[in-house]
Amino acid sequence: MHELPQQLVNGLLLGSMYGLIAIGYTMVYGIVQLINFAHGEIFMTGGFGALTVWLWLPAGTSVWAALPLMLIGAIFVSTTIAVGAERFAYRPLRGAPRLAPLITAIGLSLALQQAVWAWYPEAKSPRSFPELPGGAINIGSVTMQPGDIFLLITAPVCMIILGYFVMKTRVGRGMQATAQDPDTAKLMGINTDRVIVVAFAIGAAFAGIAAVARGLKYGQIDFRMGFILGLKAFTAAVLGGIGNIYGAMIGGLVLGLAESMATAYINNIPGMDKLGGQSWADVWAFVLLIVVLLVRPQGILGERVADRA
Amino acid sequence: MRQRSLIAITAALTAGALTLTACGSRDDKDKDNAGGGGTTVVIGVDAPLTGDLSALGLGIRNSVDLAAKQANSKKFVDGVTFKVEPLDDQGQPSSGQTNATKLVADKDVLGAVGPLNSSVAESMQKVFDDAKLVQVSPANTNPALTQGPDWNGGKKVRPYKSYFRTATTDAIQGPFAAQYLYNKVKKKKVFVVDDKKTYGAGLAATFKDEFTKLGGKVVGTEHINPDTKDFGAVATKIRNSDADLVYYGGEYPQAGPLSKQMKQAGAKAPLVGGDGIYSADFIKLSGKQGVGDYATSVGQPVEELPSAKEFIANYKKAGYKEAYEAYGGYSYDSAWAIIEAVKKVVDDNDGKLPDDARTKVIDAMKNVSFDGVTGKVAFDEYGDATNKQLTVYQVKSTDPKAGWKPVESGTYTGSN
Repeated sequence: MHELPQQLVNGLLLGSMYGLIAIGYTMVYGIVQLINFAHGEIFMTGGFGALTVWLWLPAGTSVWAALPLMLIGAIFVSTTIAVGAERFAYRPLRGAPRLAPLITAIGLSLALQQAVWAWYPEAKSPRSFPELPGGAINIGSVTMQPGDIFLLITAPVCMIILGYFVMKTRVGRGMQATAQDPDTAKLMGINTDRVIVVAFAIGAAFAGIAAVARGLKYGQIDFRMGFILGLKAFTAAVLGGIGNIYGAMIGGLVLGLAESMATAYINNIPGMDKLGGQSWADVWAFVLLIVVLLVRPQGILGERVADRA
Repeated sequence: MRQRSLIAITAALTAGALTLTACGSRDDKDKDNAGGGGTTVVIGVDAPLTGDLSALGLGIRNSVDLAAKQANSKKFVDGVTFKVEPLDDQGQPSSGQTNATKLVADKDVLGAVGPLNSSVAESMQKVFDDAKLVQVSPANTNPALTQGPDWNGGKKVRPYKSYFRTATTDAIQGPFAAQYLYNKVKKKKVFVVDDKKTYGAGLAATFKDEFTKLGGKVVGTEHINPDTKDFGAVATKIRNSDADLVYYGGEYPQAGPLSKQMKQAGAKAPLVGGDGIYSADFIKLSGKQGVGDYATSVGQPVEELPSAKEFIANYKKAGYKEAYEAYGGYSYDSAWAIIEAVKKVVDDNDGKLPDDARTKVIDAMKNVSFDGVTGKVAFDEYGDATNKQLTVYQVKSTDPKAGWKPVESGTYTGSN
């Protein structure tokens, strides 16, 4: 069983990435009740933003030095696109039946994917992403790459900052108020339009950070990477309780761990040898989702969506 | 009012997405090899021109295009101008079938080169066969395509008479790799991974059979999901399996990240795969961790064949943006096989195309024989290439353009 610690770390890494992206789904849903299906693509464009910064820097720049600039580039691109999408694609539809913005989101997701495919140079096949220098770090039987460490540190730091922001700042409290009742919040002098933009921006910024983390971890990005990861992150948000920011992180971690455990151990169970392995990991992740939703329909930590009067 | 604007926006976005898709697939279309008068014969190309496998697909398209240009400038078939119609299948069987239907409907099309993937070929064969349109694949290696589903049980039946290929099959590619690695590199314990697709699973199975027959041990098997790039859990299993070799049945978009991640996890074994990973992009994706990995590919290294010098020089001269990649030579030869067959049909019919040209081209195809880029081009009774050369390559450096170096060429001779 000396494989277990490594597999737990693998799951934790995958889960942290899901969690970072899931925050974007959950915040937007919590405040405007919209499932922003274009969020996976916002994540993807963040990755290409970081790559652009890297290519723009003079050759030979150390990745450590470039990393802050790449993060800024990723966050800039992803938030710009998210805020633009909110302004031009979602805001005109506020008050329309719920299905309308959902369809717009799917259309936007396709448009963003195709735009990168068509206009980003050589984006038709995967593009290589710089990797953090330095060798693997061994802790007992666990091996980790510098890119993994970056992800393990970034995810909790982002969560702490977000928690502080939502609980302690004026805009954060405005968000909570808008989530509870947008009309009353407006009467209380909260600029709900601004609160919504901030929610989109924060989610997108986290997606941008996640995209850099993914690039560093796998050494490549491609124009389709947002689709599957976005779907998984959305699943994580539902698993944790959509609308709940801590739920997004927990849901992500649970999903990541479930996938890595399913890959590693399911086919060791007698009679299950045909149903295990990596190609079945997604199946088990969704089985877990269904089980959780059957037992606890509001997700692990519960939804944070107030009833509308 | 609100409702209307919502419909407008949704429609605009959807239309935008669709237009983008359409522009993209049309951007490189070559219009300038028409002209010269007389009859136009179209050679269709079906390959993944976008997406993960586009590096290989674009190499196929360019090489066919080069063949057509050469035939036109030499006036190889009197009164006939060849035109190429490239279609994108994105590696998807459903797109392949749509493309096949499209090519069949165009009466100027007398042959098609492609596809890249065996799984795509499965969906196209019947469409072409019903229309009696010849199809030559430069890259499909699944034996069942020419010898029927029972090829391994000794009952070989050719399912479609219109299907030919210039590539050798996995029935010899997997075992060839097994023999080289067991006998020459002295690897004894293998971990076998595949992507569950027609090509990958078939190749991995033939490798595994031969490797165990030789005395090697399979210490683990795993199937991966080609949609994902996270192989962390699989990499850990490989590291803990004590394997001294990892065989991957599949293609480079997954093989590259798998090689990188398993070595980052601490595995010391090199990764070995078939022609599906023999691409410059494999080196890009696996990075420095990919050095030492092996791939087998069909034929001899194109660069070393005297017959290929001219092809390489012409390819350079034509100024294609993309490299010819693993199947360039085979694609060029596939297109030339069609051109030769068309010439025979035209010559037999007093210099004109007959009404039943498609059927005649299939008949002529059986007797095609010429010296191509990859050696002698001819087909056996199943439509398979008679040239059964294979080569093992190894990644020697992280330079994508020059990283793959041939280490052994030969013909598979079977084992007892």
